[in-house]
Amino acid sequence: MASNPLRDPQDRRLPRIAGPCGLVLFGVTGDLSRKKVMPAIYDLANRGLLPPGFSLTGFARRDWADEDFAQVVHDAVKEHSRTPFREEVWDQLAEGFRFVPGEFDDDVAFEQLRHTIEELDVSRGTGGNHAFYLAIPPAFFGDVVGQLKEHGLADAAGDSWRRVVVEKPFGHDLRSARELNGILDGVFPDGSIFRIDHYLGKETVQNILALRFANTMFEPIWNANYVDHVQITMAEDVGIGGRAGYYDGIGAARDVIQNHLLQLMSLVAMEEPTTFDAQALRIEKQKVLSSVRLPSDLGATTARGQYAAGWAGGEKVPGFLQEEGISATSTTETFAAVTLHVDTRRWAGVPFYLRTGKRLGRRVTEVAVVFKRAPHQLFNPTATEELTQNALVIRVQPDEGMTVRFGSKVPGTAMEIRDVNMDFAYGGSFTEASPEAYERLILDVLLGDPPLFPRHEEVELSWQILDPILDFWAKQDKRGAGPEQYPSGGWGPGSAEAMLARDGRTWRRP
Amino acid sequence: MTTTLTATNSAAIAAEFVRARTRAGSPAMGMVMTVVVVVEEQDAAATLEAARAASHEHPARVLGVVLGSSRGAGQVDAEVTVGAGWGGEMALLRLVGEVVKHPDSVVLPLLLPDSPVVAWWASRAPRDLAGDPLGRLAQRRITDSAAAAAQARTLQVQCAAYSPGNTDLSWTRLTPWRALLAAALDQHPLKVTGASVAADRGNPSADLLAAWLGQRLRVDVRRITSDGPGLTEVTLETKKGPIRISRPDGRLATFSSPGNPDRPVALRRRDVPELLAEELRRLDEDDVYAATARFLARGLAAKKTPTRKGKK
Repeated sequence: MASNPLRDPQDRRLPRIAGPCGLVLFGVTGDLSRKKVMPAIYDLANRGLLPPGFSLTGFARRDWADEDFAQVVHDAVKEHSRTPFREEVWDQLAEGFRFVPGEFDDDVAFEQLRHTIEELDVSRGTGGNHAFYLAIPPAFFGDVVGQLKEHGLADAAGDSWRRVVVEKPFGHDLRSARELNGILDGVFPDGSIFRIDHYLGKETVQNILALRFANTMFEPIWNANYVDHVQITMAEDVGIGGRAGYYDGIGAARDVIQNHLLQLMSLVAMEEPTTFDAQALRIEKQKVLSSVRLPSDLGATTARGQYAAGWAGGEKVPGFLQEEGISATSTTETFAAVTLHVDTRRWAGVPFYLRTGKRLGRRVTEVAVVFKRAPHQLFNPTATEELTQNALVIRVQPDEGMTVRFGSKVPGTAMEIRDVNMDFAYGGSFTEASPEAYERLILDVLLGDPPLFPRHEEVELSWQILDPILDFWAKQDKRGAGPEQYPSGGWGPGSAEAMLARDGRTWRRP
Repeated sequence: MTTTLTATNSAAIAAEFVRARTRAGSPAMGMVMTVVVVVEEQDAAATLEAARAASHEHPARVLGVVLGSSRGAGQVDAEVTVGAGWGGEMALLRLVGEVVKHPDSVVLPLLLPDSPVVAWWASRAPRDLAGDPLGRLAQRRITDSAAAAAQARTLQVQCAAYSPGNTDLSWTRLTPWRALLAAALDQHPLKVTGASVAADRGNPSADLLAAWLGQRLRVDVRRITSDGPGLTEVTLETKKGPIRISRPDGRLATFSSPGNPDRPVALRRRDVPELLAEELRRLDEDDVYAATARFLARGLAAKKTPTRKGKK
């Protein structure tokens, strides 16, 4: 193909617009579809990044016509989109909505889906390019993917493409992750499977790489010579809400640590990739994940808990065991903390503490790199009483940015040194409105650009790390030593505090 | 909150910025650039409002400069605003008398340390931006030919006097059009044999688009005069048929390409704050604009007869 004379690598104003294509959405009534996927599609169109003729097909067990589905999208967009609602943008999308009613095992419905897609190729010029977004529980992946294969929907003709998009959980242990991958892999080639970990679409997460590898001042101290330990926290202030069916039996470690926190950790800990392409990044991430070692005494280096009834943020809230749909004897954890070692020269002896939980003090995700104390302290102990350890904190959400903590002299005649913070807020220096992670990721799916999507090797390595901990906890459950209750609205169970205290450290209050 | 300083100087204005920030609660500065806006007194309010809207995306110190009559003794008056919906901070500087010939002496001490400087002439612009006392301070110089009285003529002057860092909002207005056209050729990798651009009379964006297409595609581009608003149609001829974007209402366009059904595309005319925000996203030289401006300047210099009137 001759190169496009209107394209110029120097022309950085021109955005990449996806080529002609359509998206088929399974599970249109769920929160994910309504709050994230549909608004992101509108926002992309509003930013001029969707191709003319882009079409969205819904598939669900509803007795809807195309117009009913369009109305659902319209309402979702009005309520949740990031950018202002504009009639002309809606007009661009409006003729491209289709709805196919049916069950996942319904051959007639999938045949109708095939006709719908073929009709779109003619009437909207989608060119045979279609992505199937499975916003449904993984238990149904097998059915849907099998149907797609059976009805020839997974086969791309000529230059066109077919892609499948799946959301976490990618299995619940190594074995099930492999099974799941087997199901997808049997139908779609590896490069056509897009696993969404929406954390990787976040600006602040991508900025970890810029921070580390575009600057000179951080990388020299980014190792065991200077770093004491790393804390990665993802805290939510809400409980499980109405997601009992999903959450029970899954728990915090599988829900968050296996994907988001281990991905964050691999970005923080990895070596510099040779280039900034998908392949090179993946190699480095896999190296980190495969050099992770668990401590031998899992009882002393992990912690878990369940939130108890109480008061959180001024509201009376039920405990996990009282939530609707949760058995009073459930051992599913809503808080999990683990200690990991990365066996490389760079990180030898530096523990990575990962924690996540529901009903904690506030919603926050951050990475804190805590540095060693100065090897020799010039100032006497009284002067440095209020000086703790230097730290560099990457705030992933909310209030995206970075904080550097160091000691400074308190004004006055006495020599007294206290911690101060230097702050960089994304909102302060850049755009007020960064694109949502889903906008970036959906566009990347349509462009076929894979760097921000974890591959099945990474998923499997993550389960290899987590499986022994989950087994250990299951054994504890059998002995009657289940998760500890912790007060709602605080920062987790006492066992998590004790876990760090054993190492002579404390958790940061995020 | 706004403070007025009469018969003042740069040091006093700089001190007022610090005082105002402290009063607003935080002396810290997260601002990323200084934007110098050269305005006429009667447009000052509207222009600074556009700068304020753009400051949400790019927190900046905005220095509005009103150049009054250069006769008589010099005086500098200033209004300093922090907060009040500004992402950064703003000072409106009114210069009269001799100092009007030396506006750089007022502005230079007020530039933020070690960060980019952008100059924006909201309506009338000097012929030689890079040689202008305020233009010399900036690495990005923004004009808007469409806001000038003689639009096409102004653009021609700007293109002829192009120097690195110059840009014009009539170029910024083209980005969505250019993106669509480039994407169209991604889809249809066909040889373009001819092209045409239709717009209302004297539209500077249309001249730039025609120059861009002519330079990149090496074809003659016809300029057709329509009733507007703005750009109304672009056609690329190929041997399989035309690729066409037509936008009669300034809002929703129709995209046509060979072998495909016509499809609607949202292509709203953007307002100045949006254009300015796009312009501030990149502060290095825009090589593609440079090439287009040179092409336009050359093309117009060679053919004295205005083909822009349209042959149709």
